[in-house]
Amino acid sequence: MELTGADIIVRFLQDEGVDHLFGYPGGAVLHIYDAIYKQDKVKHILVRHEQAATHAADGYARSTGKPGVVLVTSGPGATNAVTGIATAYMDSVPMVVITGQVPTPLIGNDAFQEVDTVGITRPCVKHNFLVKDVKDLAETLKKAFYIATTGRPGPVLVDIPKDVTADRTKYIYPKKVEMRSYNPVVKGHSGQIKKAVTMMLNAKRPMIYTGGGIILADAAKPLADLAHQLGFPVTNTSMGLGGFPATDKQFLGMLGMHGTVEANMAISHCDLLIAIGARFDDRVTGKIEKFAPSARIIHVDIDPASISKNVTVDVPIVGDVNSVLKAMIAQLKESGRKPDGEALAKWWEQIEEWRAKECLKYSTKGKLIKPQYVIETLYKVTRGDAFVTSDVGQHQMWAAQFYKFDKPRRWVNSGGLGTMGFGLPAAMGVQFAHPKATVVSINGDGGVQMNIQELATCMQYGLPLKIICLNNGFLGMVRQWQEFFYDERYSQVHVEAQPDFVKLAEAYGHVGMQIEKPEDVEKALKEAFAMKDRLVFMNFLTDPGENVFPMVPAGAGLDEMILI
Amino acid sequence: MRHIISILMENEAGALSRVAGLFSARGYNIESLSVAPTEDPSLSRLTLVTRGSDQIIEQITKQLNKLIDVVKLLDLTEGPHVERELMLIKVKASTGTQREEIKRLCDIFRGHIIDVTDKSYTIELTGNVAKLDAFIETLKKEEILETVRSGITGIARGDKALHI
Repeated sequence: MELTGADIIVRFLQDEGVDHLFGYPGGAVLHIYDAIYKQDKVKHILVRHEQAATHAADGYARSTGKPGVVLVTSGPGATNAVTGIATAYMDSVPMVVITGQVPTPLIGNDAFQEVDTVGITRPCVKHNFLVKDVKDLAETLKKAFYIATTGRPGPVLVDIPKDVTADRTKYIYPKKVEMRSYNPVVKGHSGQIKKAVTMMLNAKRPMIYTGGGIILADAAKPLADLAHQLGFPVTNTSMGLGGFPATDKQFLGMLGMHGTVEANMAISHCDLLIAIGARFDDRVTGKIEKFAPSARIIHVDIDPASISKNVTVDVPIVGDVNSVLKAMIAQLKESGRKPDGEALAKWWEQIEEWRAKECLKYSTKGKLIKPQYVIETLYKVTRGDAFVTSDVGQHQMWAAQFYKFDKPRRWVNSGGLGTMGFGLPAAMGVQFAHPKATVVSINGDGGVQMNIQELATCMQYGLPLKIICLNNGFLGMVRQWQEFFYDERYSQVHVEAQPDFVKLAEAYGHVGMQIEKPEDVEKALKEAFAMKDRLVFMNFLTDPGENVFPMVPAGAGLDEMILI
Repeated sequence: MRHIISILMENEAGALSRVAGLFSARGYNIESLSVAPTEDPSLSRLTLVTRGSDQIIEQITKQLNKLIDVVKLLDLTEGPHVERELMLIKVKASTGTQREEIKRLCDIFRGHIIDVTDKSYTIELTGNVAKLDAFIETLKKEEILETVRSGITGIARGDKALHI
């Protein structure tokens, strides 16, 4: 039987096992929405802005490992989605975005709601397609899912003109696709792995530094195994939090611009750096010449282009980090050797000295709520077991520092692109994927307003999110930079007029709370989390003068932190 | 260092702009670029000339390899290779001495005159960049009416072949 392109899209999504589709209708996708109407296998989530559709799909993907799927219309539908696509691209999130396009005969004619979607998104997708013939549709969609989810994952966009969704052809679900030009490497080079393990065994001051790759490859277990067998210290990037249990005594916390003293100092003094699924981002390295200056470097990554991009490495290993870690464990066993215990004991002694500085300590004096205290209390109240999304700014760093993630896929934040407005819609995607789980979204008063309209989506689908707004009345991270580096010239960072967030939450049908005193924080959080089936918006009025410490100023080395 | 990177890629709409876009997005420069389908019409061969330190060239080849449309690539300058560029050049040739002089130059450079009018000659010349530059140098600037160069294309010497 012949199906229309629209029916093929929906049938394909069903066959591919897609359960949620985040989208927003429009002219060019009318046929597709008609096909969606006629079925109930793929649940469509109607957001209030296309950017939120991509962030929600992103949150869904990060918290499950499955690709997030988005459907938007042509023109402004596609351009609104771009920020979310770029966010997913920077953080290697598997995502498939289907965009409507004007009918093929009109392409290039400046038709109504026409943009060159493939052209606009080209630099921020792993790959994209324009489908010009309905006969290519199913296979192209399969390729999109294949590319998005394999190798270094990323968003793939499929642009489908309206006439293609009306044309008919036979549909067979393509179980597999092969592409001569795309064959991601999985297994690491065994010689390199052997070399790396020997270096680990000989190291005096080793350090393991892991990133989002551990999460993406579901490699938390082999990482913990290797780290425990070796007894080496571990640090995570912001993208990698949860990849190694934060409550493990071998964990030194996050590294980088707002990393801990122990992590940054250990990086600066180690003689062997083992980087796994991380990409030496500038927020991580600080001044590149001063990064791990005395270390030989092993770098495991699935993307060869990430290796020796920013920092030259001694032992590059291209491969899936899960497979490489397992091979390393096997190699370690085969060697029959143990790491240098005496040297390690000395190294740990040094690390404990750094750790004893308690760099994350903050003053609890005063009548104002300290934002760090809210996160610490949140950790306590949720017993460290919530899914936490964050927006971008100071609150994001405090969340990363003070919420101890023991499991992967629990921490969802826009690490690479740093997209304000990410936190709330991403939390929706997480909640759709885990309907019974506790999902918290930590925001600032700036970013939360960038996609505040999604409170309506939350109401429509009964999402019981717990939204925390650390409200200091400032665009805090920018304010912090202006305080430190621009002689306190606070330019356009004071958010003077604000909505009444309690009333705003109530206007959308949710529960709103305002918390003004430190002594009310715990009680309020407990009360909010007791409301299992309601969305609660908690507006915490926090100390506007609070800064994120430690801080490595731009252009400085990791050992040149500003401390409180 | 100058490098000639030769790419075998899917002959699909947008493939060229992915390559060009990569260079502009990452701030690499392209000195010249030439592209055409191969004997297999589903594949295109693209040759580009770029400059950069070893580290930059390594990044360029890695980033190019990451493009889904790129099937294979080779840095021709890593080994013995032949490089050629085609030039079509239109020059003034109105007086007898001018016509004779240009014909003689053309022979010396092993070019061909492929079009003639009573005021001009159009010459076809193939060679490496230096040869084509030398030919242009030899001509007087005011004699040149139009220059068209194809950009460098090249192939590895020996049995080695960039093929799927």
